Amino acid sequence: MTYMRPEFRHPDLPVNDLGYTRKDYEGAISTLCAGCGHDSISAAVIQACFELAIEPHKVAKISGIGCSSKTPTYFLGKSHGFNSVHGRMPSVATGANLANRDLTYIGVSGDGDTASIGMGQFAHAVRRNLNMLYLVENNGCYGLTKGQDSATSDIGSIGKKGTPNLFEPIDLCTLALELGATFVARSFSGDKDQLVPLIKAAISHCGFALIDVMSPCVTFNNNPNSTKGYEFVRDHIAATGKTDFIPVRKEIMAEYNPGFTQEVTLHDGSVIHLYKNDSDLDLHDRLSAIQAIHRCKEKNEILTGLLYLDPDCEDLHQILGTVEKPLRDQNEEVLCPGSKALEAINESLR
Amino acid sequence: MQKITSVNDFVVCFANTNGTGSASANNLFAKSIFRMGIPVSPKNVFPSNIQGLPTWYEVRVNDKGYLGRRGGVDLMVAINPQSIAQDIKLVSPGGYFLYDSTKPLDAGLLRDDINLLGIPLTDISRREYTDQRQRQLFKNVIYIGALAALLDMEFDVLKNLIHEQFKGKEKLIAPNIHALELGYQYARKNFDCPLGIRIERRAMVNNHILMEGNEALALGAIYGGATVAAWYPITPSTSVVEQFEKYAKRLRVDPGSGKCNYAIVQAEDELAAIGVVVGASWNGARAFTATSGPGVSLMNEFLGLAYFAEVPTVLIDVQRSGPSTGMPTRTQQSDVLLAAYASHGDTKHVLLFPSTPKECFEMGAASFELADQLQTPVIIMNDLDLGMNEHFSEPLAWDDATCYNRGKVLSESDLENMKERYGRYLDVDNDGICYRTYPGTHPTKGAFFTRGTSRDRYAVYTESSDAYVDNMERLLVKWETAKGYVPKPEFRPAAKTTTDGIIYFGTTKASAEEALDILSEQGVHLDAMRIRSFPFNADVDAFLENHDRIYVVEQNRDGQLRTLLINECEIAPDKLKALCCFDGMPVTARWIIDHVLGGGKATRPVPAIREVKA
Repeated sequence: MTYMRPEFRHPDLPVNDLGYTRKDYEGAISTLCAGCGHDSISAAVIQACFELAIEPHKVAKISGIGCSSKTPTYFLGKSHGFNSVHGRMPSVATGANLANRDLTYIGVSGDGDTASIGMGQFAHAVRRNLNMLYLVENNGCYGLTKGQDSATSDIGSIGKKGTPNLFEPIDLCTLALELGATFVARSFSGDKDQLVPLIKAAISHCGFALIDVMSPCVTFNNNPNSTKGYEFVRDHIAATGKTDFIPVRKEIMAEYNPGFTQEVTLHDGSVIHLYKNDSDLDLHDRLSAIQAIHRCKEKNEILTGLLYLDPDCEDLHQILGTVEKPLRDQNEEVLCPGSKALEAINESLR
Repeated sequence: MQKITSVNDFVVCFANTNGTGSASANNLFAKSIFRMGIPVSPKNVFPSNIQGLPTWYEVRVNDKGYLGRRGGVDLMVAINPQSIAQDIKLVSPGGYFLYDSTKPLDAGLLRDDINLLGIPLTDISRREYTDQRQRQLFKNVIYIGALAALLDMEFDVLKNLIHEQFKGKEKLIAPNIHALELGYQYARKNFDCPLGIRIERRAMVNNHILMEGNEALALGAIYGGATVAAWYPITPSTSVVEQFEKYAKRLRVDPGSGKCNYAIVQAEDELAAIGVVVGASWNGARAFTATSGPGVSLMNEFLGLAYFAEVPTVLIDVQRSGPSTGMPTRTQQSDVLLAAYASHGDTKHVLLFPSTPKECFEMGAASFELADQLQTPVIIMNDLDLGMNEHFSEPLAWDDATCYNRGKVLSESDLENMKERYGRYLDVDNDGICYRTYPGTHPTKGAFFTRGTSRDRYAVYTESSDAYVDNMERLLVKWETAKGYVPKPEFRPAAKTTTDGIIYFGTTKASAEEALDILSEQGVHLDAMRIRSFPFNADVDAFLENHDRIYVVEQNRDGQLRTLLINECEIAPDKLKALCCFDGMPVTARWIIDHVLGGGKATRPVPAIREVKA
């Protein structure tokens, strides 16, 4: 745990398209345990928002309860945040998003917050295709109450307490795929090269984007017999391939190997390239994604990377047909029908 | 035989089977009396079921303008064989009993103290119509036609209503009017028309309307500027959001683009419904949800968050009979304590108690102003009786000069010009209400972290006891401020000076006022106060102070408002006499009179005694 951060910044720090430095996207100093995977995810969010050149105050950060849900304090300090109640981040995010469709919504949750107490809300946020990045910081345990198994913990996995988990794990990616999620990815907090482009792609996606990030709990679930520890994850990771995120108006420089490359253009014109390791995976085919996850699982591997993407989906605002201007900015001139309309209603009730 | 005689003062009860289309026919009956210029109050007594169970529709006609439930039945229209044995017993001696005489009435049911009116309804509809569904539907219209003759109603009024009802479906007009005529002619030919009870045109309706409270609340939300509604279906609140959607489609669609200036989410449960409201309100939209007691139980968690994090939240509670699932289709005022202190820890919430559709509309709109100004949950305490029944009401009114007051919200330029450090929980004005910012307002100033955990005045997480106490005490300052913002009670002084008082709230108003008139004629004088909101302000304190004995009439078992008054106003419990009617039916004037006269010594809640025992 760090108590102080040096204020000094090199005068020639790189700036993004809006002229902001990476520092403009930082938050308060983390109070999580030293080495916590969650801090790496916060750093990846900062990097992704910096690279995407999002205005640092035009993001709403929403979370539930738990170690993961604390992290929005540690990134994007110029944005508003809402640390709500346990498992209820999706509903708060739904309301917030409906009020103002012009902000970027980043929801941060954990495996307890999503796969147990918040399972219902998670499922329904997926169904609504809420335009948001939904990050699960998945460590397979309840850190803040000192290491109980969570619902994503693998059967037989052993945490610090030394007793194996007895129950089947919930795979949030296959679940989201079944529920109709329009962007599904899995990553690892220790793989920044993979995570940053995935976050950028997820934020650019116009719809619900799930990234389930393996994020080891260094204090309670990082022993050799845990399947959510650094050692196991590093040894058993398999990737769908290397993901490149190419923003709008940027020239595509790399050469791609046809058959093993898939290119997806998002609504805003940005492009995602996946250099696939598995030619059977088709990013537009849910079934192929589910099968790829299962194939890896059978080999005792964790499949990471972009798994599924539907760039042509309609988000909740499009489904509901709401006006372009944020609802919260409408005034009585637009919203209040006035006394004449009311008199007509009175007349219809006589 | 004795016959009840009365002009414009009686109760007609329709006993039907639910799902047979009787509701629209019965509504036609009530509406035509209203159109004849006479105050009317219809009440549905329906089962928690979709098809096949008994349902009753009770219509009180009263040209003195008394609109509460009266109790007793002068004319029973007994269409449901399932409940006929019970229905015939409900008729007052000298009353009338209209039944389907296609089959003879069971001799065991016959009473010699009531007047039987047999009409072969099934025979007539079978003769006239071939389609099974039509036979069932028109049977209802036929008995309405018969009532027109029996009660001397103006046939043209009924005909006009049929024309209005089927505007756009003109094919249905002629067969409906034919059905009315079938019944009308049969009654004229076979009975002495009119009966001892009858309708005579009056000019008492003026510009009044007939409206359900839930519909008025929905309109209040439209006029009050709500843009986000989230809900989970539950009787008796469902029609609030359904009506909101109906009016929004009509009044809130942008004419240029055809896009909606509103968003409605049918959530996965009540927890999510209020979560959406909290999220939308936090982000600057006016948002609301509607539910009933079981939903409020689930919403406790978010109500505590909204109270502590100070997020405006509007919740409409259409109360039904609890506890648990209770009697889902019967009325009660039994969520008072639940709502007042919802959620764990020290919490209290602003409550509004509407009594009429007009007040539902006004409080519906005002709740958003109050929530924004006080930055806290505001709970509107409606009930099934007011919410789902049509009530005779003054017309709704709106002042076009009204501008929405969003409370203390800092704009981008406010923040830009601010020299000092912004503190979300800094009590700058010493009224306990601090300044909000909406997300995304200013590039560098005004961002903060909203949380359910303790924080200092700058919204920074802290476990400092001093900071925690400071914040909790400021919330009490805000609570005091709220007393000046919420609607004041309504007073109705007695004709003669007295130290006796009576307190009531919500839908009890109509019956209580009728009871007070009758008691006054009997020489019993009570000063009355109708509570319209919580927290209680100085007017409430003064009323309690100035009276020695006060009856508190409420529709729950435990005298919840009485408990709240004792607790919040710190007065001696002996002073407040609880009169608790909690059988699920709207309280009647008769009940209140009986219990004021008989229950004056009770300090414990007095149990309800049913008006009519089957």
